[in-house]
Amino acid sequence: MKTGESKTNATNEPLRMKEIGYVSPRTGVRWIPVIGLEVHCQLKTRTKLFCGCEYHFGASPNSITCPKCTGQPGALPVLNREALALAVRAALALDCRVAEQSKFDRKNYFYCDLPKGYQISQYDRPYCTGGGIQLASGKFVRLTRIHMEEDAGKAIHDRGDMTLVDLNRAGVPLIESVTEADIQTAEEAHDYLTSLKEILQYVGASDCDMEKGSLRCDVNISVHPVGEPWRTKVEIKNLNSFRFVAAAIEYEIARQVEAYESGDPAQHPVQETRLYDPQKGVTRTMRSKESAHDYRYFAEPDLPPVHVDAAWLARERSTIPELPASRRARYVADMGLSVKDAGVLTSERVVADFFEAAARISGKPKECSNWIQNELLRMVGDPEVGATRFEEIALRPHDLASLVELVDKGTLQTNGARTVLREMVKTGKNARTLVTELGLEQVQDTAAIERWCREALVGKEKIVEDVRAGKPNALNALLGPVMKASGGKANAQLVRETFLRILGVS
Amino acid sequence: MSDYVSMDAHALRDATVAKKRSARDNVRDAFRVIDALDAKLHAFLTLDRDGAARRAEELDARLARGEEPGPLFGVPVALKANMCLEGVESNCASRMLEGYKAPYTATFVKRLIEAGAIPVGMTNMDEFAMGSSSENSAFGPTRNPWDTGRTPGGSSSGSAVAVAAGMTPIALGSDTGGSVRQPAALCGIHGFKPTYGRVSRYGLIAFGSSLDQVSPFARSVRDVELVTSVLSGSDREDSTCLDEPPYQSEPGGVRGLRVGVPREYFPDVLHGDVRARTQEALDALRALGCEIVPVSLPHTDHAIPTYYVVATAEASSNLARYDGVRFGLRRERGGLQGMFAATREAGFGAEVKRRILLGTYVLSAGYHDAWYGRALKVRTLLRRDFETAFEQCDVVVGPTSPEAAFRLGAKSDDPVAMYLSDILTVPVSLAGLPAISVPCGFVTVEGRELPVGLQIVGPHRGDARVLRVARAFEDATTHATRRAPVNA
Amino acid sequence: MTSRTDHASDGDVVRTIAALARLDIDEREAAALGRQFQSILKQFESLSKLDVTGVEPMVSASGAQSVLRDDVPVPSLPVDVVLANAPARVEDFYRVPKTVGGDE
Repeated sequence: MKTGESKTNATNEPLRMKEIGYVSPRTGVRWIPVIGLEVHCQLKTRTKLFCGCEYHFGASPNSITCPKCTGQPGALPVLNREALALAVRAALALDCRVAEQSKFDRKNYFYCDLPKGYQISQYDRPYCTGGGIQLASGKFVRLTRIHMEEDAGKAIHDRGDMTLVDLNRAGVPLIESVTEADIQTAEEAHDYLTSLKEILQYVGASDCDMEKGSLRCDVNISVHPVGEPWRTKVEIKNLNSFRFVAAAIEYEIARQVEAYESGDPAQHPVQETRLYDPQKGVTRTMRSKESAHDYRYFAEPDLPPVHVDAAWLARERSTIPELPASRRARYVADMGLSVKDAGVLTSERVVADFFEAAARISGKPKECSNWIQNELLRMVGDPEVGATRFEEIALRPHDLASLVELVDKGTLQTNGARTVLREMVKTGKNARTLVTELGLEQVQDTAAIERWCREALVGKEKIVEDVRAGKPNALNALLGPVMKASGGKANAQLVRETFLRILGVS
Repeated sequence: MSDYVSMDAHALRDATVAKKRSARDNVRDAFRVIDALDAKLHAFLTLDRDGAARRAEELDARLARGEEPGPLFGVPVALKANMCLEGVESNCASRMLEGYKAPYTATFVKRLIEAGAIPVGMTNMDEFAMGSSSENSAFGPTRNPWDTGRTPGGSSSGSAVAVAAGMTPIALGSDTGGSVRQPAALCGIHGFKPTYGRVSRYGLIAFGSSLDQVSPFARSVRDVELVTSVLSGSDREDSTCLDEPPYQSEPGGVRGLRVGVPREYFPDVLHGDVRARTQEALDALRALGCEIVPVSLPHTDHAIPTYYVVATAEASSNLARYDGVRFGLRRERGGLQGMFAATREAGFGAEVKRRILLGTYVLSAGYHDAWYGRALKVRTLLRRDFETAFEQCDVVVGPTSPEAAFRLGAKSDDPVAMYLSDILTVPVSLAGLPAISVPCGFVTVEGRELPVGLQIVGPHRGDARVLRVARAFEDATTHATRRAPVNA
Repeated sequence: MTSRTDHASDGDVVRTIAALARLDIDEREAAALGRQFQSILKQFESLSKLDVTGVEPMVSASGAQSVLRDDVPVPSLPVDVVLANAPARVEDFYRVPKTVGGDE
């Protein structure tokens, strides 16, 4: 078979299909999972979608509300410009088609965390459609649409024989993105979410922090045997981490297959909503009605249509930075970094931007990469440094670049450089100053080094023999004394070279 | 006190600024009239004696300090009970909101207060503004000062009576399908619904979002213009508010103005004498130099169903927030959903329930396109009717209500009969156009003289034109000068 | 478009709609309302006879375009003010009867 040709199996499915899907451990039958994700992301605005309340996670209950977001009689919504801008930015970063005209609709239902008895959302004319994300594996996951909507408040059910309601979160701006059912494995789902989070963080549209509730994910999943039509879809909610999403999918695939293979139609999966139980690692039926909701959507009369013209689009497009996937490719191809390094450096936009600047100034990407990975990233969360996020580390790219340069020139050796770096961050002083203050300048005085080397060689004929016999590592035993003699400041490279020169070995 | 009762808002304001009266005098007189008459008429649900007294004192002190007085300085005003004034009970004449005090003040109320007006209390209405007679109030009906056995109209019943009975020279109502124009006609005063979006709705408790407008009652057109200029203008709290400066009066008369008279505005249900009064009004306009032009608004017959589909749909959604969770009435029964149902069962009256059900029905799956979707398109046709008519005329004129004030209880059993009394006002609401009802004479019904109103409708944003015509008509006639025999 | 009004007179339909609207309706009320609905909708039947092909729906009379607000904070209501009207309060929360979770 020539490269690029694909064999087919007996049912004429391309051979590659045999490599995906779930093989039933009981029957050996291959089932194809069909998975779509609905992801809600909080937009990174200061205030809520339709009122001026300044939302932040963890505020004391009901302290961030107003007549509008508590649904007081007579209150009216007014759209947050920044929310629209961030939503548009997200759409552009995900390659969606942004509609010039869209509208808001009311989604009517009753619940204790829904103050108006309806949610202002977008139904049949969302602000964008299409787009998608290319996963690292090369698979492209298409987006159907993204729409804007306001979040509901929080209902708390674990405080005894009552439910408590906190409306702080009511009215927070969300974008809900819906994928086509292109995902086929738990891993793809995980990758999709990771990529989505990355992209939205990069353009500053959302923090996508599941722990803080700024990203929520529901899964729609069905399975079918290869070559057969799609079957009943099940929805899974209450997934609180990317890990759980993957775990829930894996469990559910197995559960659905087992149900179908049970031979009992009463056991077959039904169209329902299930909750994931992370403790037990299973999904369970939610105890709710079977009937479909009738949300009685209609155009929101309190809000005029949303208009996004070409000029606005152009403005938003110009704010979009180079996205992570593109940067990773560049780091590997142009800077010679490993795929792993590229991955770590692009995990956050602030890190990538910092790295690129430092690399550009110093001309030494590999070194910058090492310093960032081994030192700076580890400083995040270090109580001595006091930075909870990378951008809080008090260091500028050219500071790192100057440190790299000092090490490269031999002025500073690695240990000393580590110390200098920490001091730079803590005190704000520059590298040169600290090297002098701390007396870390490496000794490069060739005469002194030569003297220490000759002294160390005294009485070490055996080592000399070994080195001359072709074992230069025998010199390692002599490095210690030279370092001691130099107060730890001799340039190790230079010491080695000096030894070799003295012994007449190249 | 007779002084107070005889003055319109302009005169009262000027007298107060000239220190012939004090703001406290005005408030005192307002409450004297209210206390004398309201046991019988039941115009008010809540009286804010302390708040009014405080404001009056504050105003008098400011004037004494030499501060510039506002255009409504010292004028008592009645607010409909669906308007939010912080700390004062606004219950929409419903058990659902009994005791509810808004945590904020409506934009339009703030503007009144900044202009120097003094809210004295909240007036009775049909529950949640649904009705045309006040008989849907949970707290008993309001009575017409011209004949206390009859309705003053609705839903802004109490505000109309407050002005007609001389309690306050001006009052605010809300007009969704005629709820200010119709009571104005039945009570012999002026009631003006501005172009939709002219006045901010922020703080007006919603019934039909795309139809509701805050609308003033007054005894003179001059007062109507004064109040409208205070209330109107863009408001960043309301996305449907027109981005325009406050209302300004248009000078000039009506010579040469084309007055359109739609043949559809003289339906069979029109009371014979109402038809006669309307005809006389047209004669008066003709005498002023207007050209009377027959026009047609061919889709008028569809206005009532269209209105009731659209308004109830919006209402069913707007009233979903009354669920017992955050404010208002609560009845617990079992779990959360039980609480919703029990609360809404106990809190809403029959008409409100009927409209919520109708609205839910026309939005529900399977019926949505045929009813709500279709009604929105018919609405466009109704608007186009007016646009076409306004190519041939400058204002459209007709009777405001097919009949004068009817007996309390006369229509209670038949909701549709009640709906039909809106037939002349509803098309205007659907199109969002400005319209005023001006007193245009009296008819005799069962031996009592009852007022009749003439409706003057303008094109979109044509508020100034409408009021110019109203002014000319008022100056040329004496209907508006007659006062209700309130001591009867 | 047959008997659309007849559907509404069906007590079942009224009860379904009432459930959607969270309104308790007993048998008697459902029957009475059904009759009233039938009457109302019959009167409204004229709507179904109009030709509305190609007519755009009119949602609002406002004609306003995108109305946007700057992302600038406005002071929120103090928790005691906003909870002053609450029928039931526990600490700084609204209290409601225990519910299972999930919408509806």
